Amino acid sequence: MMDLIVNLVSGLSLGSIYALIALGYTMVYGIAKMLNFAHGDIIMVGAFTVITTVSMLGLPPALGIIASIVCCVVLGVCVERIAYKPLRKAQPLAVLITAIGVSYFLQSLALLIFGSTQHSFPKIITVPAIEIGGLTIQGNMLVTLAVTTIIMVAMSLFIAKSRTGKAMRAVSEDRDAAELMGISVNRTITITFAIGSALAAVAGVFYCTTYGFIGPYTGSMPGIKAFVAAVFGGIGSIPGAMLGGILLGVIENLAKRYISTELSDAIVFAVLIIVLMVKPTGLLGKRVNEKV
Amino acid sequence: MDSIKKKRKPLTSNLITLAIVCVLFAVVFILVETGNATRHMRSMLVPICINIILAVSLNLTVGFLGELTLGHAGFMSVGAYAGCLFSIAMEEILPMALRFPLAMLVGGLVAACFGVLIGIPVLRLHGDYLAIVTLAFGEIIRSIIINLEFTGGAAGLKGTPQDSTFVIAFVVVLITLVVIMNLVNSRHGRAITAIRDNRIAAEACGINVTYFRMLAFVIAAFFAGVAGVLYGHNLSILSASTFDYNKSIELLVIVVLGGMGSIRGSVISAIIITVLPEALRELDDFRMLIYALVLIVMMILNASPRFAALKGKLNYKALADAVRAKSASSKANKGGQTHE
Amino acid sequence: MKKIFALALALMMVLAAFAGCANDATEPTETPVGTEAPEGTEAPATTDNPDAAEPAEGETLIIGGIGPLTGDYATYGVSVKQGAEMAVKEINEAGGVNGITFQLLFEDDQTDAEMAVNAYNKLMDNGMQVSLGAVTSGACIAVSEVSKEDGILMLTPSGSQVECIQYDNGFRICFADPEQGVNAAKFIAENGLATKIAIIYDKSNDYSNGIKENFVTAAADLGLEIVSEQAFTNQSNTDFSVQLQAIAGSGAELIFLPIYAQEAAYILTQAQSAGMEQIFFGGDGLDGIIEKIGADNVSATEGVMFLTPFDPNADEQNIKFTSDYQAAYGATPDQFAADGYDAIYTIKAALEQSGAKPSDSDFNEKMIAAMTEITVDGTTGTMQWDASGAPSKAAAVVVLRDGAPTPYTAE
Repeated sequence: MMDLIVNLVSGLSLGSIYALIALGYTMVYGIAKMLNFAHGDIIMVGAFTVITTVSMLGLPPALGIIASIVCCVVLGVCVERIAYKPLRKAQPLAVLITAIGVSYFLQSLALLIFGSTQHSFPKIITVPAIEIGGLTIQGNMLVTLAVTTIIMVAMSLFIAKSRTGKAMRAVSEDRDAAELMGISVNRTITITFAIGSALAAVAGVFYCTTYGFIGPYTGSMPGIKAFVAAVFGGIGSIPGAMLGGILLGVIENLAKRYISTELSDAIVFAVLIIVLMVKPTGLLGKRVNEKV
Repeated sequence: MDSIKKKRKPLTSNLITLAIVCVLFAVVFILVETGNATRHMRSMLVPICINIILAVSLNLTVGFLGELTLGHAGFMSVGAYAGCLFSIAMEEILPMALRFPLAMLVGGLVAACFGVLIGIPVLRLHGDYLAIVTLAFGEIIRSIIINLEFTGGAAGLKGTPQDSTFVIAFVVVLITLVVIMNLVNSRHGRAITAIRDNRIAAEACGINVTYFRMLAFVIAAFFAGVAGVLYGHNLSILSASTFDYNKSIELLVIVVLGGMGSIRGSVISAIIITVLPEALRELDDFRMLIYALVLIVMMILNASPRFAALKGKLNYKALADAVRAKSASSKANKGGQTHE
Repeated sequence: MKKIFALALALMMVLAAFAGCANDATEPTETPVGTEAPEGTEAPATTDNPDAAEPAEGETLIIGGIGPLTGDYATYGVSVKQGAEMAVKEINEAGGVNGITFQLLFEDDQTDAEMAVNAYNKLMDNGMQVSLGAVTSGACIAVSEVSKEDGILMLTPSGSQVECIQYDNGFRICFADPEQGVNAAKFIAENGLATKIAIIYDKSNDYSNGIKENFVTAAADLGLEIVSEQAFTNQSNTDFSVQLQAIAGSGAELIFLPIYAQEAAYILTQAQSAGMEQIFFGGDGLDGIIEKIGADNVSATEGVMFLTPFDPNADEQNIKFTSDYQAAYGATPDQFAADGYDAIYTIKAALEQSGAKPSDSDFNEKMIAAMTEITVDGTTGTMQWDASGAPSKAAAVVVLRDGAPTPYTAE
C-alpha cells in the first residue's frame, strides 16, 4: 500500500511535467494545426539557459528561471516566424518535416556549444523531503506538483476568460471565421507559441531538477512522451493534455513497478493503442463530424 | 486529343522515372566496374537502394492513401529479422541464388502479415491519431524484439550471410517501382487516391474503403519488409535499436521532401537524403547542423509560391509552351503548383 | 510535375558527394591530428606500391577511428577520439616511431552499423592502414566483417562484445562483457560484500545485457542470491525512482550496476535523495562517474565500488595522462579516453616490434603478428594479447572516497 502511494506520487510528479509539455503541443496543434516536433528541444534550451546563468554566471536561481523563460519565449517566437510562418498555407506534413529540421538544428547547435557530455543541473529547488506516517515524499516532487497545478489552473482560466484566450479558441475553431471577426490570426499564433515555449521552459526546469542532468538530446524523450500524452488526451484539447500527461506518468510508473521494467515502454504504448481503439479521438477529444 | 494525352501521361511519366533510374544505375555500375568509384561511394549504393524501396513503399500510404504513418521502420525490422533468421537457418541447405530471394519473400510476407494484424485496429483511426498509433506499434515491435531470445536481444542478430549486392538491390528497386507504379495507375490505385481525396465521396461511389486502405497499407508493409531483408543481409549485425521512430521519421522526411504522391520525387530524395549526411562528413561537427538547415530551407523553398513559379518556368514543358506562346507564363505558374 | 529542378539538384548533390569522395582519396587532410608531418607524406596509400622507394623518415601511418560523435552515445565516441588524439600528438612530438609519424582520422557513426561501415570505407579511401574498429560493439562487429577482407589490423578500444574480435585481425583493449560479469561476481563473493544482490541494467544496451547475464550465471554458482532484477531502456533512462523503490523493498544489500556512468549518475543521485544505503558496485562502465555526476552531487558517489582497469591516479603515467587530458580538453578522462589512448600506444608498440613500415607490402601481416608478441604498459594496465585478440590484464576494484578513486582494501 505504502509502495503504491509512493509510486503514485512519483508518477503524478512525472506526469505533471509531461502535462506541462503536452499543453504546449496541444495548444500549438489546436491553433496552428501543426505538430511542433521541436517542442521537446525547447525544454533543453531552457535548461541550458539555467545552467549558463546559474552555474556559470552565478546568478540567483530565480533570475535563472526567468532568463530561461524569456529565452525560450524569444526562441519559440523566432522559430515560428522564421521556419513555420512561410509554411502557413503548405500541407501539414511539410510543416511537420520543418519542425523536425528545427529539432535537429537545436540539438546539433547545443552539441556544438555545450559538447556531448551531460551537465549536472544546479539544485535550484531545495525543499526537504517530508514524511507522512512513514512515507517519504521528495521535496522537489511536491514543488513540481504544486507549481504545475497552479499553472494548469491559471492556463484553464486564461483560455476560458481572457480576451486573448477567447481569440485562441476562436482561431482554433475556425481560422477564417476568426479572421473575419477581426482577430489577428498571426498575432494569436505568435502568442500561442510564446505561451507554449514558456511552459516548456518551466517544464524543463522541473524535469532537470528532478533528474539532475542535461545534455543536447535530453529534450527529445520527454518531447515524444508529451506528444503521446497530448494525443492520449485528445490533441487540441487543453484539459485533455493535462489529463493525458498525468495519466501517462502514472501508468508508466505503475507499469514499471508492477508489471515489468523491461516492457514498460511497450505497455505504455499498448495502453495508448487500447484507449484510441475505444475512443478514436483520445480521452477528451472532440468528435469531428465529417462534412459531406 | 486532350483526353488521350491525359490518359497516356502516367505511363510516359512512369517510363521516364524508370529510365532515369536505369540510366543512373548504368552510370554508377560503369563507374564501379571501371574502378572509378571510391569505396565510400560503393558502400552507399545498397543503402541508397534500400531507402528508395522504403520511401516508395511509404509513399504509397503517405502520398497515395493520405495517411501519415510513423511505424514504417517497425515493418522493416520485422521483415529484416524474419528474412535473416530464415537465411541463417537455411545457410547450409540452400544455395545463395535460391536462399536470398526466398528470404526476401519470407521477410516481405511476414511484414505483410504484421501489416494486416496492425492494420485492422490502426485503420479505424485517421490523421494524427493514426500516426501516433503506428508510432506506438513500431515502438512495441522494437521493445519486443529486444526482449526476445531468438532475435539476439539487445546484442543484435549476428551471422547473417552477406548476400546483398548492388545489382540485386537494384533489381529489387526495379521490381518495387514497377509494382507500385502499376498499382497506382490501376483501378485499385485510383480507388486508393479517391479515398485520399474524399473518403465519403469514394464510399458513396461504392469503393470498399476498408479493403483499399488495407491493401495499400499491407503492400507498403510488404516492401518495407523486403527492404529490411536487404538491410539485414548488407551488414553482419542486425540490432533492434536501428529501427526506432527516428528511422521512421527519416523515411517520412524522404517522402515529404520528394513530394507526396510522386514516386520519382521519392527516388530522387531517397538518393539525396542517403548521400547528404555522408557527403557532409567533411564538415565534421557542423554536419548535422548543416543537414538540419538544408532540410528547413528545402521545405520552405518548396512551399514558397515564387519558387514554385521558378520551378514551373524551368519545367521543360513550360519552356516549350513559352516558346510557343508568350502568354505561357501564367500556365507555367499553374504547372509548378500542381503536384504529380 | 516534372521536377527538373529537383533532379538537377539531386544530380548536383550526388556529383558533389562523389567528387568529394574522389578528392579525399588523394588528399587525406581531414581531421589531421598529426602535427606538421614531414614532407612527402601526401601519398600515404602506398601499400599497393612497395617499390616506391620512399625515405623511411617521411612515412606516415594513417590510423582510422570510428565512433559516435553525435547522437545519444556521442560522449563515448568523443572520449575515445580525444584520448587517441592526445596519444598521436605525444608520439609525433617525440619524433614518431623510427621516423614514422602517426595520423589519426576519426569518423562519426552515430552508433549505427550502416554508418560505421560507410565511415570505414571512407577511411580506407583515405588510406587507413590500421583501424581502431568502432567504439560501440554493434558498429564494431559490422566493421570487423569488412576489415577482415582488407586484412588490416583492427584494434578496438572499447568494443566489448565477444564477436567484435571474432576474426584474426581483430584485437581489443577493453575487457569482454562476459569476463566482467564473472569477475564482478567473484569479487563480491570472495570479499563477502553481500549475499543478497539487486541489479539495475539497461535492457536496450548490449554491453549492459552481456555483463548482467554472465553476472547472474556466475552469481548462482557462487551462492549469491539475486533478489531483484530491474531494467530500463534508452527511452526511460532518467527516472529510476520505481526501480530503486522496488530494490529498497527487496532487502538487497548490494546493487550491481552493469551500466555506463551517465545512467549511474542518475541512479546514484536519485538513490541518495531516496535515502538508500546499499553498496553500489559497477563494471568499468562506471568510470568517469565523478566527472559525470558533477561537483554538486559528489557526495552521492561515496563508497561506490567498481571494477576498472583504469585508475586516473594509479601511477605516474596515469597521473600525467589525466593532467594532460584535463589541460587539453578541460575534462577528467574516463575509461573510454584511456582505452583510446592505450590503443594508439599499442599500435606504436606493434610498429616498433614488427619494424614494419607503412609502405611494406606485408605491413598488415607483420603488424598482426607483432600484436601477440608485445607487452604494453598502458593507462588501463599491463596488457598482452593472444591470437584470440583479447587482452590479458588485471582489473582492480576501486572505491570512491571523497570524490576520488582509492584502491579497495578488505576490512
